[in-house]
Amino acid sequence: MDANLIYASLAAIGAGLSVIGAGLGIGKIGSSAMDAIARQPEASGKIQSAMIIAAALVEGAALFGVVTALLTVFK
Amino acid sequence: MIPKRTIFFSILLSLVCHWGYTKHESQDAVVLGADKERFDPAKVIIEHIIDSHEWHLWGDGDKAVTIPLPVILLDNGIQIFMSSEFAHGNKIVQRSGNFYKIFHDKIYKTNASGDWTVDALRNPINKQPLDFSITKSVVMILLSALLLCMIFFRMARSYKGYSMTWQLGKILEPLVLFVRNEVAIPNLGHERYKRYLPLLLTIFFFILINNLLGLLPSAPNVTGNISVTLVLATTTFLVVNLSANKAYWKHIFWMPGVPIPVRFLLAPIELIGVFIRPLTLCIRLFANMTAGHIVILSFICLIFMFKNIFTAGFSVPFALFISLLEVLVAFLQAFIFTALSALFIGIAVEDHEHEIR
Repeated sequence: MDANLIYASLAAIGAGLSVIGAGLGIGKIGSSAMDAIARQPEASGKIQSAMIIAAALVEGAALFGVVTALLTVFK
Repeated sequence: MIPKRTIFFSILLSLVCHWGYTKHESQDAVVLGADKERFDPAKVIIEHIIDSHEWHLWGDGDKAVTIPLPVILLDNGIQIFMSSEFAHGNKIVQRSGNFYKIFHDKIYKTNASGDWTVDALRNPINKQPLDFSITKSVVMILLSALLLCMIFFRMARSYKGYSMTWQLGKILEPLVLFVRNEVAIPNLGHERYKRYLPLLLTIFFFILINNLLGLLPSAPNVTGNISVTLVLATTTFLVVNLSANKAYWKHIFWMPGVPIPVRFLLAPIELIGVFIRPLTLCIRLFANMTAGHIVILSFICLIFMFKNIFTAGFSVPFALFISLLEVLVAFLQAFIFTALSALFIGIAVEDHEHEIR
């Protein structure tokens, strides 16, 4: 098999794995934020901005994986 | 109630926008087809998201219509010439005894006949001169900076007392207030926010305008360029670490309130964290914008992969949906970059006097 194709396939699997992690993390943040808003609807604004920042931090970790995978392909 | 005229023009504008993208792609596809080559979406997409020495408008190969941009090389003195002298990679440029050739938007030094030295994967390994060219992204950064100056100087002049007299200013004022009330004050506190607000507003609007302009067809993808985001993140890094107080450094190197052996363990982790935090800012913006562009272009490329006009009926609505999502992401990423910058600065300048250890 072509060496480039093997690299590309492995990179795709790696990107997929990092996205699974981000999905679990952001899902957890989202569900907790929903719970919190249901309990205290008047604090929804504050909860939302805290939720977005936490989601961004989780997403940052996942994007490291995706970018590493991309670099393997672009090389 | 939204007037019918507004809806009509919105749909028309979105169609024209995607027609622009498709026009862009189709010419690439036609030329590749003529070479009896398989249409390679990855190649087309990468060509559209990377920086370039010329501003590509339409057409492909030798017939491409482009705006030539100046090339500045640091190689036995400064060499300046227009990128049109390369004639889309076909010609060799000679300057003070050196020969230059362009391949995949990288400039290489060659001999007089323009021969390539290649490695096992057929990538050229000729020497590369130091390249300080005014590329597409640089032009776009200068343009957006000019645009921001024009908008905000006009906005500052349009204040009559506390009321804004300019229409566009009325739209932008809530954004400025949002950055102040929701980002700067909660993270930095009432006493300190005024010192850092100009920086936060500049970062916010610079990222926002480049995210939004990057969505236009044939506009360069500035915030999807890792060098640009790295510079933005470095700005935050410098501001955080230069304005940090004693308590911040103490919390990094000698964490109060934990047992002594744990302090030795925590210090290297915290020190790495100092560099990781701006690095995540850089990677997040780059990856989000690049990913959005890749998805939109992939949907457009589907039309040329299937070689069927009816695919457009499926692709264009999806591309439109992703484009709208990208408008949201443009605002979200500008907000997140600003909010996290404010958070990091806030941690660095925070008072710890209330803590009794």
